[in-house]
Amino acid sequence: MKITIALIGNQNAGKTTLFNQLTGSRQHVGNFPGVTVEKKSGIIKNFYIHGFQVHAREGQAVLGEEIHTEKLIEIPHGLEVELVDLPGIYSLSPYTPEERVTRDFLIHEKPDAVINILDATNIERNLYLSLQLMEMQIPMVMALNMMDEVRKSGNSIDIERLSKDLHIDIVPIVANKAEGVSELAQRTITEALSKHKPQKIDFCAGPVHKAIHAVVHLIEQQSSSHEIPLRFAATKLVEGDALMEDALSVTPNQKEIIAHIVSEMEVELDTDREAALADMRYEYISQVCSASVIRHGDTKEQIRSVKIDSVLTHKYFAIPIFIGIMSFIFWLTFGIIGSTLSGLFEQFIEFITGIVDSGLSAYGMSPVVHSLIIDGAFAGVGSVLPFMPTILVLFFFLSLLEDSGYMARVAFVMDSLLRKMGLSGKSIVPMLIGFGCSVPAIMATRTLSSRRDKLLTIFITPFMSCSAKLPVYALFTQVFFPRYAPLVMIGLYVGGMVIAILSALLLKSTVFKGKPVPFVMELPAYRLPALKSMALHIWEKARDFLQKAFTVIFVATIGIWFFQNFDTRLNLVADASDSILSIIGSAIAPVFRPLGFTDWRLSTALITGLTAKEAVVSTLAVLFAGEGNLELALSTVLTAPAALSFLVFILLYMPCFAALAVTKREIGTRHAIAAALFQTITAWLAGVLVYFTANLIA
Amino acid sequence: MKLSELKPGMQGIIEKVAGEGALRRHLLDMGLTPKTPIYVRKVAPMGDPMELCLRGYELTLRISEADNVHIKDEEAEALFCSGSCAHCHAHRKAGNGGQSAGRRRWGRH
Repeated sequence: MKITIALIGNQNAGKTTLFNQLTGSRQHVGNFPGVTVEKKSGIIKNFYIHGFQVHAREGQAVLGEEIHTEKLIEIPHGLEVELVDLPGIYSLSPYTPEERVTRDFLIHEKPDAVINILDATNIERNLYLSLQLMEMQIPMVMALNMMDEVRKSGNSIDIERLSKDLHIDIVPIVANKAEGVSELAQRTITEALSKHKPQKIDFCAGPVHKAIHAVVHLIEQQSSSHEIPLRFAATKLVEGDALMEDALSVTPNQKEIIAHIVSEMEVELDTDREAALADMRYEYISQVCSASVIRHGDTKEQIRSVKIDSVLTHKYFAIPIFIGIMSFIFWLTFGIIGSTLSGLFEQFIEFITGIVDSGLSAYGMSPVVHSLIIDGAFAGVGSVLPFMPTILVLFFFLSLLEDSGYMARVAFVMDSLLRKMGLSGKSIVPMLIGFGCSVPAIMATRTLSSRRDKLLTIFITPFMSCSAKLPVYALFTQVFFPRYAPLVMIGLYVGGMVIAILSALLLKSTVFKGKPVPFVMELPAYRLPALKSMALHIWEKARDFLQKAFTVIFVATIGIWFFQNFDTRLNLVADASDSILSIIGSAIAPVFRPLGFTDWRLSTALITGLTAKEAVVSTLAVLFAGEGNLELALSTVLTAPAALSFLVFILLYMPCFAALAVTKREIGTRHAIAAALFQTITAWLAGVLVYFTANLIA
Repeated sequence: MKLSELKPGMQGIIEKVAGEGALRRHLLDMGLTPKTPIYVRKVAPMGDPMELCLRGYELTLRISEADNVHIKDEEAEALFCSGSCAHCHAHRKAGNGGQSAGRRRWGRH
């Protein structure tokens, strides 16, 4: 048997951390049907190793002594418990796709239980969602996260009292230390199996109460025939939720009655329906909290955050600090850690290649197969693998920025500037992730609430030079600009950003006209990211990279090797310029004449670069394998200005197929093609411009 | 007066949230309900958006959105912020002639 548990909570409540703790690396990432909201699910593990033991008694949560215990969750034999991570939301209103997905999931998929995770340091606002969840009549357990912060600041939450008042099972946890996590899982499973529904509590009083109950009676039958929780439906109808009216097929007659009930309530309260209900919920929360939450002051983390922000979002220092932090990260990634690790990795691969090469020679392997293995597979994949450490280091820093809470500050600081470009502060997150990889960057545009912002951001994000282009830059700068390598690198990164800004300005005033959308965002307290989540994240990236290296890039290099070594009649060619590949490459080559490079091998590399940008280097490595040294060979087919225009073209032209596929999923085929064309044409024009300017200067 | 007219370091009590549709609904959901005290922590380096503190958490809004939030005129006041919301709560308690200074509950004020 399999049961499904949904994980729901506000943004920044620690949902992902808890999800990782409960499921480990056994996760499956997909999409909710029909919408581009990510759906992550995993199977709950059955044991945890705890660093801490919690003792919560009589509302006085005491810090547990440090004992290492191994806790086993008793999962009945043959039972599989699936955990579904739902998007971080603040309410069940139908205004954002995330909220709608959550609602639909709860109504239609009917999970066996819900874990509602709350940030205990900010319990009032977090309970707002809980009250709505309880109306869904699904077995539910509340997880009060970050209880260690509450305790350390001398505040306390009377768990027992809160639990009694809300008639909900509550488990205090510290997700990033796995504290209380097994107990949470255990109780949720018990709750799911017992099918114990949350008790209906009357959070409302007076006129709102009257209105909701009047509507309850009115729609009782529809609610049960449409299988929508009655109380939830009634509340939403009083709030004026059009989606709920459709879902229940409310008759015009009923609509009139509801309108009457609501207007009576509005007159009595002297406010409108939406404000009345929001106010009522918060009023009830205040009441409940005043009995069980003791708050002397802010938590240490909140006080620390204000102090950190007095520097990081300072009037004059904020922007220089942001630029400084980014430069530092790039310097560390590309200059210090990345290059050292990559160098070691490269030596290792060369060593292996040497062994295999001499082994094959000693064995007397046929020259064709020998060439396939060494010139094809090893040269291709081997030229890309050494960049893995660099890319992982970059992802490490980007996820550190995101998980620590700094990205939200960057959005806050940069919003005004980005709005001038027609974007919102939130667009900065995808754009920064774009320096790592366009695929997660484009997926990160899901947090943008307007379609216009999303389109614009997706159009320009690939101009942020992704880490896969790094091998190409490294190779070419080493050959053509050895003395100015850092300068050319920085120039390319900055150039990409400048083109992004210019493109945004152009697109904003032509195709993507429109009003700016609201910018309402929580600034979470700064926290050290959970090591486990970071490790999982990095591992995911490493796996993706290796998978790419040994599938896409491997196949591409073998394919290229084949096309390069055979002619159209499938005879082995002596000279690569008679090969199939040469014919294809030569056909496109004239397009790049204005950019200064005419060699068919370069245009071929640009095409294979669409499988993955690293493949540009591996392709060149394979194509020039016959000429001995790749660096030397390149310097004979390109001049320095042409090399520069080649790099600019690489920087700007359409992203790889993986990124294109994500783009298509996010904004549809038509817009995805438009974006790819826009980027490629921009790249071509910029390439021409750079080639001519560079020639003038040289 | 409007929330957008409050200077950094000032606190006010929300009177109502004007406007309609998704934005208003979102503001209400985020806890900007009538009678809620709200403190303006700062404005971003380029003058927009603003950083607010309410219900014990930090929220940012653009000036244009803060225009929709009305503040009770008589209760807007400058407030020294020590960087801790506790201070706000304490102040508010004293202002309302509230409870003893020792143990403050985190509830409605």
